[in-house]
Amino acid sequence: MKRLLVALFCILSLPVFAQEQTASVHEANKEEGFNAGELILHHVGDAHEWHFFGEEGEGPHFTLPLPIIAYQEGKGLSVFSSHHLYPEGTVHEGLKLEHETLEAVDGYKVHDFSITKNVASLLLSVVLLIVVFTAVSKGYRKNHGRAPKGIQSFFEPIIIFVRDEVAKKAIGPKYERYLPYLLTIFFFIWFNNLLGLLPGAANLTGNLAVTFLFAFLTLLITTFSSNKYYWSHIFWTPGVPLWLRPIMIPVELIGVISKPFSLMVRLFANVTAGHIIILSFIALIFIFNSIGIAPLSIAFGLFINVLELLVAVLQAYIFTLLTAMYIGGAVEEHHDHDYGIGGDDADAPLHVSGSHAH
Amino acid sequence: MLTNPSIGLLFWQLVIFLILLFLLTKFAWKPILSSLKERESSIEGALRMADQAKLEMQELKAGNEKLLAEARLERDRILKEATTVSNQLIEQAKTRATEEGSRMIVQAREAIQNEKNAALAEVKNTAAKLSIDIAERILRRELADSPAQQQLVDSYLKEVKLN
Repeated sequence: MKRLLVALFCILSLPVFAQEQTASVHEANKEEGFNAGELILHHVGDAHEWHFFGEEGEGPHFTLPLPIIAYQEGKGLSVFSSHHLYPEGTVHEGLKLEHETLEAVDGYKVHDFSITKNVASLLLSVVLLIVVFTAVSKGYRKNHGRAPKGIQSFFEPIIIFVRDEVAKKAIGPKYERYLPYLLTIFFFIWFNNLLGLLPGAANLTGNLAVTFLFAFLTLLITTFSSNKYYWSHIFWTPGVPLWLRPIMIPVELIGVISKPFSLMVRLFANVTAGHIIILSFIALIFIFNSIGIAPLSIAFGLFINVLELLVAVLQAYIFTLLTAMYIGGAVEEHHDHDYGIGGDDADAPLHVSGSHAH
Repeated sequence: MLTNPSIGLLFWQLVIFLILLFLLTKFAWKPILSSLKERESSIEGALRMADQAKLEMQELKAGNEKLLAEARLERDRILKEATTVSNQLIEQAKTRATEEGSRMIVQAREAIQNEKNAALAEVKNTAAKLSIDIAERILRRELADSPAQQQLVDSYLKEVKLN
């Protein structure tokens, strides 16, 4: 909750703050005014090229062009390298980029399926995950019946933790069916959180599309694995006065949606907030246009970066744990009215207190 | 754009994540989890077996001790028996030795007595023979000289020494 507030605060306040600063330093700055908000949003957002360092035409620079895949209604599919579209506004095959959004020059609707920076980063992380965990799996074949070795011994406690502390505790005896999904989202989020902290990397887990998909998959799994107790709790809430029960139905239905919604927003906000804070500290150097501010920026940036290492695993854990709890609530056999799991989510920004009234 | 999820990313994320989920489930999670389960059950089994072995050991130890106690009793019994038997044997040997000894003494006595009797008889015979001899000679000399006879007797007596 706090992190979300910080993120909102940053998003809302930074452009204003930056504009004031740029106004005062404008005279000193020979180039056009520095806009911290724009810079930060550019860094935490998606792009059609992978920019590492430098600017075109200003000495050494390195930018990886990415493939553009766009479907224009009536015109069909067009696939080409993104360097044709930079600098922004350049028109190629009737397409141009407007604030990293692909638009058709003639105003038709464009469906953008480009391999953007986030998609490229996603592919990279997927390759990494497959390489790492097939190596771990190979360790079990090689050291069959013996103590784990190397990378296998690093990941084994984490896998066992997810199995015993998250899946078994939150879901109960039926945990095995959901364990692959839980393990995959845990390691996917953790790895991508860490990858996102690398300089020049994409902010994948801090993208709403990604967190939305995870939340949506969790909602699907919860709904399709739910039993009659779960639905009876929603449509005929036990332990509530009879006249209140019809009123409880919409409240409970909102609860069904708000749970994954909170998952989506929490991960997005936490990760993006971390990035914004680090970038803000770095941006301070350019806002004050002074190297003197650099030590302070580095100290604070380093502190937040180390904190983000913790947040990376913590958010992966929280996401997995809450997913397991929601699934646990849906597959629970006997409805214990004092149950704490599968419902309570005090951290959720959109917590509907009525949805858990008993 | 930060709060506006793009359809492209959503599409790729869905496709790629589902593939990832499938691949990891098939090639990583299933073998890893089954290996873990197998190892855990084998450890549990080993622990249970160790416990059982401990119990068996204790039973075996108790059995051994019982056997040892029995053996000790048996040994004591055998020792006691052996002592009695040996004592009996010694006693028997002693009696027999005593008997034999006394029998031999009696025999020796008898033999000595016999020898003595024989010797005495011989002495008697010799004495008689000597007496007759002396008497004969005296009788022979008496005819000539009586002092000479005395001398003769003396000389004869000197000759004959009862040794």
